[in-house]
Order: sequence, then C-alpha cells, then structure tokens
Amino acid sequence: MVWHDDTELPKSDLVVLPGGFSYGDYLRCGSMASKSKIMHSVINFAKGGGKVIGICNGFQILVESGLLPGVLLRNKYLEFICKNVHVTINNKENSFFKDFDKDTVEFHIAHNEGNYFCSNEQLKEIQNNNQIALFYSDADGNIDEKNNPNGSIKNIAGIFNKEMNVLGMMPHPERMIDPALSGEDGSIFFKNLINNLK
Amino acid sequence: MKVSVIITLKKDVLDPQGKVIHQTLDGMGFNGINEVRQGKYFVIDTKENDKKVAEDKVEEMCKKLLANLVIEDFKIIGSQ
Repeated sequence: MVWHDDTELPKSDLVVLPGGFSYGDYLRCGSMASKSKIMHSVINFAKGGGKVIGICNGFQILVESGLLPGVLLRNKYLEFICKNVHVTINNKENSFFKDFDKDTVEFHIAHNEGNYFCSNEQLKEIQNNNQIALFYSDADGNIDEKNNPNGSIKNIAGIFNKEMNVLGMMPHPERMIDPALSGEDGSIFFKNLINNLK
Repeated sequence: MKVSVIITLKKDVLDPQGKVIHQTLDGMGFNGINEVRQGKYFVIDTKENDKKVAEDKVEEMCKKLLANLVIEDFKIIGSQ
C-alpha cells in the first residue's frame, strides 16, 4: 500500500489504483487525486512500460492524469448505480485479459460518474488502436443501449492506453471473488493477471 | 488581484444536471426556457498586481486543473 503523499513507488510488478471517492471527488471525480504527489511516480512507471490498473475512481484518476484518453461524466440518469453487470471483453491481446476462457463476464459496478465520454477524434483513435477493453453487454454478449447502465459512449466500460500497459475500468472485479457472496468472474481476472505477470 | 473565471461544458457535451434544472424551472412556472447549461465559477485571489501576469497564471491553472478540456471550456471574465 502506498500513501498519496509518498513520492516513490517501491519496486512493483503492477500498480493498482482502487476505487474510493478520493478527495471527495471535488472539482471533478479523480481530478485532485490525479495531482497528488505519488502520481508523478505512477505516471513515470506507466511511461516506462509498467503495468497499471485503475478501477472505478482509479479509472477516473487515470483519465484525469492523462494516462488514458477521455473522461468520466455523471451517469446519464443522475443516479448512483450499484449492481452486477455483464461486460464483454473486446481485446484479449494484452496481459490483462490474455488466456481468458470466456468473452463475457459478470462484474459489479458502484458509481455516480461512470459515463465514459471522449471527443470524436479520440474515439476514432481508440477504436483504430483497439484500445477498448470492455463493453457493457448482456450475458450473451449483446452490446446495445438496453445494456448500457450509465450512458457511456459506445457502451465502453474500460479502455487501455495505446501501449496496452495501462487499463482503466469502471467495473469492480474485486467484488466478484466469492461464489457464496457474488460470483467468481473477478477471481478469473486476478488469477489470470498473476499468471501473465510472471 | 482577483481573477474571475467561468467553466462551462462544451456545447456538444450532455448536461443532465442542466436538463433537470430546466425541467424543475418549467414545473415552477418559468415558461419559455430553451435550455439550461450549468457550470462553475471561481474567484482566484492572487498575489500578483499585474493583470496580464495574474490572468496568464489563472489560464495555466485552468488548463492544468480547473477545467478538463475534453469536456469543458473556460473563460476569464474579469480581474480587479
């Protein structure tokens, strides 16, 4: 665990920015946290090819820091959403989703600002570079407006940077790691990740 | 010198809060509104005495923190 006021990351295989309404989400979600002291080191780590994942508020911090394109706006219908959703993996040619044996998984979302938005030019660029990681969908992998919980452009639930070493996503895989409480699709994500980081 | 700046959503960005405010105003009997767009207003009291220097600094603050230029525009509306 690294404190926001620290200036140097320890030697790391992976840096995870978790969710959590950092700094009260004042100004814009993730904007204050993206300027905290430790972020210089996180940005350098990512620029040097280090693997970084931002989940929920962590995703918001990554877009505000400039490591990922776009921004996360208030949910379309202005309500806080807390529920299980299905997401379909769009690109498995990276260490985050390589060897995933399913295309569609069930994760959990809990956010007020998960409505992914970017300019038309940015959208073209992320589509051309295959940077979309996850789409909101139904259990069968249908990606449509009906299965878009928050108004995200093109149902985008997660994206990579161009170099594919930074992943940001609104869904919480860490909330899906116990079959008795939720589901196990999150466990697949983390087991897979551990294998691919070796 | 106090520099005032407003930050608004770009015109093609959906403003659901503005929409709800619009509907509420309609419900209160304020008819004839075409659209409501909400934004932010900052007054930044700087130690600078030179207007140009103060405004340049605030412009840099807008670009680096106060506004997200993917979705927002900023405008310095006055200094005194």
